[in-house]
Amino acid sequence: MSAADNHIVARASPASRIAAFIGVLLLIGLIAAPWWAGRADMRLISEICLYVALASLWNLLAGYAGLVSVGQQAFVGLGGYFLFAATIFFGVPPLAAIPLAAAAGAALAVPIAVLIFRLRGAYFAIGTWVVAEVFRLVFAQVSALGGGSGTSLPAGIVKGIAASRSLREAYTYWMALGLAVLVVAMVYMLLRSRRGLALTAIRDNELAATSLGIDIWRTKFFVYVISAALTASVGALIFLQKLRISPDAAFSVNDWTAFVIFIVVIGGIGTIEGPIIGTIIFFLLRETLADLGTTYLLVLGFVAIAVMLRAPKGLWGYVKDKTGVELFALTRRVVPKR
Amino acid sequence: MASILSLRDVEKSFGAVTVADQLSYDVAAGEALGVVGPNGAGKTSMFNLITGTLKPDSGDIAFEGRMITSTSAAARCRAGIARSFQIPQPFGGMSVFENLLVAATQGAREPARRANALCLDVLEQTGLMAKANALAGSLTLLERKRLELARALCAKPRLLLLDEIAGGLTQHECEALVGTITDIRSTGVSIVWIEHVVHALLAVVDRLIVLDFGRKIADGDPHDTMASREVQEVYIGIEADA
Ligand SMILES: Nc1ncnc2c1ncn2[C@@H]1O[C@H](COP(=O)(O)OP(=O)(O)O)[C@@H](O)[C@H]1O
Ligand SMILES: [Mg+2]
Repeated sequence: MSAADNHIVARASPASRIAAFIGVLLLIGLIAAPWWAGRADMRLISEICLYVALASLWNLLAGYAGLVSVGQQAFVGLGGYFLFAATIFFGVPPLAAIPLAAAAGAALAVPIAVLIFRLRGAYFAIGTWVVAEVFRLVFAQVSALGGGSGTSLPAGIVKGIAASRSLREAYTYWMALGLAVLVVAMVYMLLRSRRGLALTAIRDNELAATSLGIDIWRTKFFVYVISAALTASVGALIFLQKLRISPDAAFSVNDWTAFVIFIVVIGGIGTIEGPIIGTIIFFLLRETLADLGTTYLLVLGFVAIAVMLRAPKGLWGYVKDKTGVELFALTRRVVPKR
Repeated sequence: MASILSLRDVEKSFGAVTVADQLSYDVAAGEALGVVGPNGAGKTSMFNLITGTLKPDSGDIAFEGRMITSTSAAARCRAGIARSFQIPQPFGGMSVFENLLVAATQGAREPARRANALCLDVLEQTGLMAKANALAGSLTLLERKRLELARALCAKPRLLLLDEIAGGLTQHECEALVGTITDIRSTGVSIVWIEHVVHALLAVVDRLIVLDFGRKIADGDPHDTMASREVQEVYIGIEADA
């Protein structure tokens, strides 16, 4: 009998099974939200979903591939502008423009990656930010899309989504929920796959990874392009809900990168759970401190510093280290056969 | 016998420090070659040159008759070269089993089922089964060294490079290690083994080379080489440490 005959490799754990069960119930409840939630609630849940997606994508980039980008707003804004251009100039149906925005994001990410992958560490971060600024300046020059002051989505196009306002809002809500689920599922499947194993190896030790046959550049390139594509889709949906776009809003480093980094860092970088937990905390803080004005940003800063000092791996990292619990089953465990 | 590895006039220096000086030798298929030399002689650097994490200033390296001098480190591993690191380089956030699985799926490119089976067998072979689910980052130094050997084996190499894996072992553990390496050899894997623990090395290798300041100063039968004058001169004190 060889070792392979009397051991099995298991992935699911009781915690992951319970989490999956609760997750499905929660998802059913959220899909039904148009029947039980008010308009303001649905807007809030949409926004939470979009931030879960953005944060999960940034976490994949920074937490797994080690690509600390501070320029993901380039792809959020690109997706937004793509939606406006495709619907206004080419008559593309708005809901179809959202997946198409992913293709646009991927197409642009390829040459950008070739360029900025030459940079390391802090230089890489600065490079991504410069790219985003270039995007902002370029779109400010496009007078057909309102130049620097931006433009609104024409009423005819908005009506094209659905005739009634409540149905429209339900559609965009479901799109937001669907995108969040798609992104988290994609990250989960990717990390479970053979490529995900390579990515995790790169995260832990690049020298060992390359010496064991992993092509680091290609793996990072793949992750960068995938993240850019899905970030552009999220951007398209964000601005479909806002119905208005301007270069400053579309390429805002605050809204689409700083808050996202806050979310991932306090939730737990390099885990799937972290960005989800971080988003919930971020919105709890925002909703309770909304009246404080700019003081709210100060509080966010203090929370971030406190978490980084007390739990450098974020809240979920802390829980995981203490308990070993995993809601998304990634770890493989060797178990003797009975 | 055909040579599996061939170095031709390989040169490398870091500023004033020369780590490979006109370095040339061949390893025959199935051969076990021992490498000794004082600290700083360039032994680990030689492995870095063979595996591709270090590029030579000049000279050529061939593996199984194909020039690999400008091949990436990753491609060299997939071609059949695997190493252990003298300073262990575990994937600290992954379990021991997953560390092996990286080698089996990426280096050996085994499909999932066969990769699992290979890793389980190697865990058993290297005595790491009890640690299979432990985080690699939580292992002791000796366990990490064992992990280095196990992980390299999971890449299914035809050329295995071992960098000081016997230091600090008890007599009994050392004998077990010699047994393991002898078994690996008997499956046809060629081995280059850098080792300060000379008695372990001499129990396995067919041939020995001695490096000093990046230069090969002796090459031949292990016992004769160890006994030669030039080796005794540079080598005094090292056997005493081990
Ligand atoms: N990347 C590097 N940069 C500069 N010097 C290095 C580098 N790697 C090794 N060296 C130097 O090269 C010499 C040989 O090192 P090494 O190959 O590790 O020797 P050995 O394994 O024989 O003890 C040492 O003096 C070491 O300090
Ligand atoms: Mg060394």
